[in-house]
Amino acid sequence: MLFSNPLIYFVVIPLLMLAGLSLCKNIKQIRAVAVIGSIGLLALSTVLLVKYLAMPPINGDHQMAWEGSWQWFPQLNICLSVGVDGISLAMLLLSSIIVFAGSFASWTINQPKEFFLWLILLSTGVFGFFISTDLFTMFMFYEVALIPMYLLIGVWGSGRKEYSAMKLTLMLMGGSAFLMLGLIGIYYNSSVDGQHTWNLLEIARNHAITPEWQRLLFPLTFVGFGVLGAMFPFHTWSPDGHASAPTAVSMLHAGVLMKLGGYGCFRVAIYLMPEAAHELGWIFLVLTGISVVYGAFSACVQTDLKYINAYSSVSHCGLVLFAILMYNQTAMTGAIMQMLSHGLMTALFFALIGMIYGRTHTRDIREMGGMMQIMPYLSVCYVIAGMASLGLPGLSGFVAEMTIFVGSFAHTDTFHRVFVIIACCSIVITAVYILRVVGKLLFGPVHNEHHRQLTDATWWERLSTATLIICVAAIGCFPNFFANLIKPTFVEEIFKVFQYNS
Amino acid sequence: MSPTIPILILAIPLFMFLLLGLLGMKMSHKLAGWLGCLGMGTTLVLAYCTAYTYYFGGDFVGANGERLMSVVFNETWLAFTDKLVISMGFMLDSISALMLVVITTISFLVHLYSLGYMEGEKGFQRYYAFLSLFSFSMLLLVVATNIFQMYIGWELVGASSYLLIGFYYTKHSAVSASKKAFIVTRFADLGFLLGILVLSFTTQTFDFAELCGNPTAQVTAFAGKTFMGCSLLTWALILIFTGGMGKSAMMPLHIWLPDAMEGPTPVSALIHAATMVVAGVYLVARMFPLYLWSFDATTFIVVVGAITAFYAAMVACAQIDIKRVLAFSTISQIAFMMVALGVASEGEGQVCHHGLGYMASMFHMFTHAMFKALLFLGAGALIHAVHSNDYTAMHGLRKFMPVTHITFLIGCLAIAGIPPFSGFFSKDEIMAACYAWHPVIGVWMSVVAGLTAFYMFRLYYLIFWWKEHKIEHGHKPHEAPLPMLIPLVFLAAVSCVAGFIPFGHFVSWNHLPYDIHLDWTIAGISVTIAVVAIVIATVMYRKENPLPAKMKALLPALWDWCYHRFYWDELYMFITHKIIFNGICRPIAWFDRHIIDGTMDAMATITNKASVAIRGLQSGQVQMYVWVYLIGALLLCGLGVMAVIL
Repeated sequence: MLFSNPLIYFVVIPLLMLAGLSLCKNIKQIRAVAVIGSIGLLALSTVLLVKYLAMPPINGDHQMAWEGSWQWFPQLNICLSVGVDGISLAMLLLSSIIVFAGSFASWTINQPKEFFLWLILLSTGVFGFFISTDLFTMFMFYEVALIPMYLLIGVWGSGRKEYSAMKLTLMLMGGSAFLMLGLIGIYYNSSVDGQHTWNLLEIARNHAITPEWQRLLFPLTFVGFGVLGAMFPFHTWSPDGHASAPTAVSMLHAGVLMKLGGYGCFRVAIYLMPEAAHELGWIFLVLTGISVVYGAFSACVQTDLKYINAYSSVSHCGLVLFAILMYNQTAMTGAIMQMLSHGLMTALFFALIGMIYGRTHTRDIREMGGMMQIMPYLSVCYVIAGMASLGLPGLSGFVAEMTIFVGSFAHTDTFHRVFVIIACCSIVITAVYILRVVGKLLFGPVHNEHHRQLTDATWWERLSTATLIICVAAIGCFPNFFANLIKPTFVEEIFKVFQYNS
Repeated sequence: MSPTIPILILAIPLFMFLLLGLLGMKMSHKLAGWLGCLGMGTTLVLAYCTAYTYYFGGDFVGANGERLMSVVFNETWLAFTDKLVISMGFMLDSISALMLVVITTISFLVHLYSLGYMEGEKGFQRYYAFLSLFSFSMLLLVVATNIFQMYIGWELVGASSYLLIGFYYTKHSAVSASKKAFIVTRFADLGFLLGILVLSFTTQTFDFAELCGNPTAQVTAFAGKTFMGCSLLTWALILIFTGGMGKSAMMPLHIWLPDAMEGPTPVSALIHAATMVVAGVYLVARMFPLYLWSFDATTFIVVVGAITAFYAAMVACAQIDIKRVLAFSTISQIAFMMVALGVASEGEGQVCHHGLGYMASMFHMFTHAMFKALLFLGAGALIHAVHSNDYTAMHGLRKFMPVTHITFLIGCLAIAGIPPFSGFFSKDEIMAACYAWHPVIGVWMSVVAGLTAFYMFRLYYLIFWWKEHKIEHGHKPHEAPLPMLIPLVFLAAVSCVAGFIPFGHFVSWNHLPYDIHLDWTIAGISVTIAVVAIVIATVMYRKENPLPAKMKALLPALWDWCYHRFYWDELYMFITHKIIFNGICRPIAWFDRHIIDGTMDAMATITNKASVAIRGLQSGQVQMYVWVYLIGALLLCGLGVMAVIL
């Protein structure tokens, strides 16, 4: 039965929220729907996580928890297949936390009904993506998550919003085009006996894609997802897009949507095509290695808060893909932890930037200063976010980065080593740009005397930021819980590519 | 030993940090201050109990009378692989017990002192919260059971140092000083991290018990692995030492420490004199069994230490800000400790002169923590009285502040190495170790010791002697309040007697207790040099006289270089701003906007242009369609006809 599978509710709840929103008459009802829905999602993902931990571990054999499959287009064997493992659950939890925090961060948005409709539609796509195991359905949800972005930025954005919305959408669509080609290619090579399938677990079990095909399809899929993961040189949508997007959209986009890229890269590209991943991985390793330092260096000279953060995301998400391409358990575990960590802290950053911008109406750090004296709560949160970003122990960034570095260093050849050392350098550059912003924006004398009249955070803003900070600290203080959740997926029985490294 | 007390030692400061950090703003200054002192006081008592149990309890002595390394508790915190595991634990051995005593003592005294010094400051509660955070991190660092836990503590002390240097965050100079401190030490930590990666990858462990308990096995793991002419072990150890160079302000990563004096003075006493800055020394001491196996690495430490010691002493002679003089003096003294560790080895796996240097280094770390904290707290009392860091604003203060005067003098005598003050004993051990290693290093360090005595007494005379300034508006410099005097008197007392502690009984390189013997030849030379230096300082600075100006005129270039700290800051400014900022960051940002993004935009523009061009064909004019239709039809006909003909 469709509705007896708990995973379906990750799509059902947002759909119910959409229905509820369309009936709402005033902002109070809209807020109520958004809050109740996001709490529902949060509760659902927490409950499933607890249940998952209580389950006997699922070993090898390409299986997942709560698997289910319902065909909805028999001609092409397209199904709604669902199933999760520790990683997808972690991602679902991350998404629901950010949706929750995002709802509070857009408490006073204009045209709330339409805004929330699109925002919830976007999150439907995100949740659907993470529960799917059917490539076509996955792609469909992926697109559902991308399209509302255009409207959200175009209508509720700021600055050059039309340009940015168009740019973001077109570039991501370009990525989708590659991806679609890759997925169709995978479908037609998915089986030996002629019964093609979109189900990635089955494809992995069949292991039928020939190395020649893999060499063609791997780059297509990896680039397709890589665009969303802000891989150099396909990252330029990110600074403009984030800068123009409204707060909650930046949060969701940087916090969750960019993770779709990294998730897709290992779940589809590397998982299904291990031979090509082994052969061609080095190309992407170079690109992502560049991303890591390049993004950090670019962030050093930006003056717009959102641009700084967008470039910082390029650097941090670069590290995600970089670690995924290391093909060993520790590094890939680190990559997922970096996804969680980056998702939370970047959402926190964008939430804070949105709140500061909502007060000062500028994001230029040269026009602000001494915010610590004016809005201490938001400033302290900003410092904490900054500390998480530059990898202070006790907050999430540190554990993720260290897992990545220790894992990546297990490669003994010079090529990998050099790139690991280059990537390590990013910890210094990150400190430079974070402290530069913190010093200019929060400390020092008050730059603009008019800012003295501004108020500190309201209760919904406090709730939104506090939630994120608690999560960031939770990962930072109890990393082993998350590492153990992620690790079982990254074993040689599942990821064939590991055998080349052992 | 039951883990309750060790857990409390770590938990109380952390709890105080969270309490004062989250609820401090709701408390009164007084409550927050006393809560902080109470928390630290409890930690102090517990730490003393632990150290007492360790040294005198008898449970931690092995069969041969050696002091054992004991892991009180060790919980997995993050497992990378089966073997590479970060644990959070509490290790008790001779040096960590020593550090527990030093840290909690100084920290408690600073907590107490700050009640007076920071009275009425805005952000008083925040100050105490950060002090607790620092104490927690530093304790976490010294009791680390594995190198990664140490790295975690290392980063946390760096962050708390950043927060405390930038305590007066509305002051521009404080903000940039804190930023500088963090970034310079971060850069050094990159080396530390890479060192950890190399070391842990080769030995497959982070654990100190395994790394240092059985160094030969670890050295075997490195056998035959070389990189650019040096063995991989040497590289790993030098990289790890880089981290220590950053935290302990060794050349060329020393530039942050003088600027760090922007923080409140008690913070300078705690973090930038007594505890955090010796973390680098502690790191090397902790890994000492491994360092013994790399003569190249220890030689590197000796060279870096020796150069730094001399450089910092030279610069200290020409500074006018009293805190900066003390800062450079700290750099110089830490370099002494580094050199002492370096000279404890005389070849692969060999210990020179029974590891005298190791003991001497730890001894000096202990005595230095006491007398340097004393000097800084004394300086704080002076600054508190005259509201300036500049000695030119002081002069002749001995009449107004007798207690500060006497305690400061004791500090100066201790650092100058005059018996029977503590600095004499520890420095003498270092000298003995240096002379035993190589006479050149011995002589070199003797010169530095002489310079030390000179600049300290220069400072002393300039502050307390000379003719006092005219008192304006009846604002007389006054003696510091009681909470500030108690720490001064206590530390002065410790500095008087600490030298007589039989330190060899507590700390030695092989953990076997032994008796220290003073080498009277070396001691005699050291004392003579110190006395001569003090006499010179007395002649030059006892009263206002033309001698210093003459000296300055004699060697103007040297004076300038010393005054400007050999232009290191300018060099760094050039590298960071001109080369990295303008030479790397800006071009990359430009490249991103104009080339990468430009390409994307160009693709969009081309698509746009092409579609506009094609759109011209769909003009909607029927006449044109007819023409196109006719031409097309004619062309087809022509083709058909040609096909038929051919």
